[in-house]
Amino acid sequence: MATEGATGAEKAHEAGIEQPIHDLPGEDTCRLILQKMLLIRRFEERAGEMYAKARIGGFLHLCIGEEATIVGATQALADGDYLMSTYREHGQALARGTEPERVMAELFGKVDGCSGGRGGSMHLFDFERRFLGGYGIVGGSLPLSAGVALAADYGETEDAVLSMMGDGATNQGTFSETMNLAALWSLPVVFLVINNQFGMGTSLERHSAVTDLSQKSEGFGVPGSRCDGMDVLDTHAVVSDALRCAREERKPQLVEAVTYRYRGHSMADPEEYRSKEEVEEWRRRDPINNFRQRVTEDGMLSDDDVEKLDSEAQERIEEAVEFAENSPFPDLAALYDDVYVMEGSSPHAWWLVDQRSPETHRGEAEREAGDVAQELAEAGAAYAGEDVTSERRSRHTPRGDDQGEGEPAEESRDEEGGAD
Amino acid sequence: MAEVRYREALNQALREEMQADESVFIMGEDVGVFQGAFKVTAGLLEEFGEKRVRDTPISENTIVGMGVGAAMGGLRPVVEIMTINFSLLAMDQIVNSAASIRYMFNAQVKVPLVIRMPQGGGHQLGPTHSHSLEAWFLHVPGLLVAVPSTPADAKGLLKAAIRDDNPVIFIEHEALYGKKGEVPENGEPLRFGEAAVRREGDDVTIVGVSRMAATALQAAETLAAEHEVEADVIDPRTLRPLDLDTILESVRKTNRAVIVEEGWPHGGVGANFAALIQEQAFDYLDAPVARVTGADIPMPYSKPLEQAAFPHEEHVVQAALATFRDL
Repeated sequence: MATEGATGAEKAHEAGIEQPIHDLPGEDTCRLILQKMLLIRRFEERAGEMYAKARIGGFLHLCIGEEATIVGATQALADGDYLMSTYREHGQALARGTEPERVMAELFGKVDGCSGGRGGSMHLFDFERRFLGGYGIVGGSLPLSAGVALAADYGETEDAVLSMMGDGATNQGTFSETMNLAALWSLPVVFLVINNQFGMGTSLERHSAVTDLSQKSEGFGVPGSRCDGMDVLDTHAVVSDALRCAREERKPQLVEAVTYRYRGHSMADPEEYRSKEEVEEWRRRDPINNFRQRVTEDGMLSDDDVEKLDSEAQERIEEAVEFAENSPFPDLAALYDDVYVMEGSSPHAWWLVDQRSPETHRGEAEREAGDVAQELAEAGAAYAGEDVTSERRSRHTPRGDDQGEGEPAEESRDEEGGAD
Repeated sequence: MAEVRYREALNQALREEMQADESVFIMGEDVGVFQGAFKVTAGLLEEFGEKRVRDTPISENTIVGMGVGAAMGGLRPVVEIMTINFSLLAMDQIVNSAASIRYMFNAQVKVPLVIRMPQGGGHQLGPTHSHSLEAWFLHVPGLLVAVPSTPADAKGLLKAAIRDDNPVIFIEHEALYGKKGEVPENGEPLRFGEAAVRREGDDVTIVGVSRMAATALQAAETLAAEHEVEADVIDPRTLRPLDLDTILESVRKTNRAVIVEEGWPHGGVGANFAALIQEQAFDYLDAPVARVTGADIPMPYSKPLEQAAFPHEEHVVQAALATFRDL
């Protein structure tokens, strides 16, 4: 078994990570880093609870353990830079500045979510903050990110793209194709491999012949480097340097952040592929605890300061949960909206077909099906639970909590199958 | 009006739109130095340079995905896929990204991307280069699908596609590239969702898709000359959005419909049209909606087999006459 033998620290050591000690940045920066990492951790913990209470549907992929990788890397971005990510991206959105309220509301499937309730956990998006999405297809965002970098380059801007993927994505065809094109066209993009040791439940050494992932892009012309993804300062330093190369020299780079996710692949993961000891070993290298220890030992922040940051994070997440609870579900009348950009187009043709309706239905341009289609849509939505349609009508009335604390979300959560 | 070939009409559309808008650029396999596998992009590298006419490696999924990303980043990419079978390598990016991004991200971004590709049999290229797959794309909400059959439509619809803010699957036909036709010189784009009535008649409605619009027209002439049957011939020109009203109006007049396509019958364009027609005009039909499709097989190489595998004029004539049989 892959999990036998090597401990987390040993694995990290074998991986060639030497725990470089970077000087602490200024107090404000340290405070900000800690604040962001705590916000992400508390958000994820609370999201897990909300999933167990069936407030959140579908899959839920938590990033607990990866906070240093996320915050270290995103702190290296300039305001104009773009960030793209995988489906494990709540932390990325939060780190980029999307309000926890809007992230939580998205997980709840509510209209105030950052994707209007259409994307869910795997498809967060915040154009204003240049966070161009979480993507549900492993490796699917890589070509997109190179395309965004192409647009930045084409427009002769100084903007760069930080394109994140998991270790599993390095086995996709889009990985090699995108590395080749990024290098061939000298695109301002940095690829960050968040190596959390597992592609879903398959460990790195069982899914990749080359386990030093920083080597996998080199043959395609994209130099790779490695950072300790449990060390926020190391991640920041290495990603900053890579972004400088990509931006100033137009040489795309790859960085492998060696990290670990404490939780399962998703909430539906029984974690039979690894030992509790392995998880415990990595937890000893916890990115938040370690950074907290450094700043308090240094005297920059006191324990009270840190506790205050933590309680502020928890309060903010409570507000996010309350906001998400109170936000209405999307209006059923908007079911067909925004599939297409309609401005300036021919409105009289059939764009979308609603076969449920006995009447003609032309989608968003004309709603000839009218009341009948609305009734049928509501009849369908009623399967989501009795309270869905009623809540939609009474916007800020909290729902009655008809499920006990900590009970399973539904009678049976879908097993995470081959979907991702 | 000038008489130009289908490929030249496409070339004119690309050139004019690139001249008009700096954000329009082309990328694809052999579109630059080689001037395009079917010479549609001839001369464009010379005129616009390597920044705007980009030869790519053979990486279809990534080329399309980069097109989507560039479109999200504010450009108007025109991606060429060498033949429609190769688009299957890019189906992930076409469906999971191009078609879905606007909806799943709540309209925060748009994807003004054109993906051009030729389809169709007749050149003995066997089962990996000759299929007709418009039904695959028609299936997907979020995509627009154009199937121009004349040089004028090729130019007018490609210009419209490039200016449209939605992802467009632009399906050309290999057998049409050399066909000549009159093309207006005003350079105006056509509108998506407006069918062309190629011929008017009161007896039967024939809808032909892509190259089959031309085959349908030939069949209609034969029906008139030899069988005293006058057919309405409709070329839908775009499958999404679909000008169903024009088709329905015709069916309500003729009470008979024949759908002609080169693609496969199961889940095909004809299957879809037949369903829509019977849903919307059942009471007007005097016969079941007829379909003429490609054979339900991978496209064979050998010439007689290949010719037998896609519809010709006589198949359409027979299908139209069959709608007049006593039931």
